[in-house]
Amino acid sequence: MDVIQMQRTWVEYTKSLYREGFLDSQFAQLQLLQDESNPDFVVEVVSLFFEDSERLLNDLTKVIDQQQGVDFKKVDAHVHQLKGSSSSIGAQRVKNACVAFRSFCDEQNIEGSLRCLHQVKQEYYLVKNKLENLFSLEQKIVAAGGSVPVDELGFL
Amino acid sequence: MYQNGSTETTPFRVLVVDDDRILRKMHKMMLTRLGIEVEVAVNGKEAVDLHLAGASFHLVLMDLQMPVMDGSQATKELRGMGVTSPIVGVTAACAEKAAFLASGLTDCVSKPLTISKIANYLPAPSNHTNN
Repeated sequence: MDVIQMQRTWVEYTKSLYREGFLDSQFAQLQLLQDESNPDFVVEVVSLFFEDSERLLNDLTKVIDQQQGVDFKKVDAHVHQLKGSSSSIGAQRVKNACVAFRSFCDEQNIEGSLRCLHQVKQEYYLVKNKLENLFSLEQKIVAAGGSVPVDELGFL
Repeated sequence: MYQNGSTETTPFRVLVVDDDRILRKMHKMMLTRLGIEVEVAVNGKEAVDLHLAGASFHLVLMDLQMPVMDGSQATKELRGMGVTSPIVGVTAACAEKAAFLASGLTDCVSKPLTISKIANYLPAPSNHTNN
């Protein structure tokens, strides 16, 4: 694939992520913060999100798996954090899954919480995969001497 | 002296107080790109300790829910110490906004933070970059 084709693929792929609700305008805000003096800013921030999310999902799994009763305060605290960080980077579907999760925490509903944990994990791994594909394409564009055509995302 | 207290020799300084490292990084970048000097604190206690050590800021952006010391308590302590800088709460927790404001905030905005939400507390655009 030549640079121009890769750039077109990048634009279409990015637009599809917004269209399908994986990303929202907050990710666009993140992209706007990146410039020549901070060319890796988006990757840096998203990497922090990946680290924090995986830690939180591990912690959530441990707390919900407790045999002696679930500490819903702890569960809610972790979900609140995950909701915050997913909202910060514009990972909309993860954020929405966290919103639903918190409702079940309020009700101290174990079954509902387990279902939500599964849903949050699913959405997280989906968006992680999508973003890794996006960054991989960006690397290829830059390696081929091109630039990432953020300006062509008309809604930014 | 420019609007909001900065001068040619004292750059506009903002303290970002948030336990979320992603938000600290994003908010810092948002402000740094405008030529604003940014310091960060990971919780309310750090923010208070910075002021006790003599630091001062033209603006404090304060998250609410933080470990060790939350934004409400930190704001009360800063006001109790005589800090008069604008302290703007930044929170996703709409239900607690009124209580947060009552702790001594100048204003409270909802997450996600954008420059337009705090524009009134920042220097006018032509004064952002200090030589």
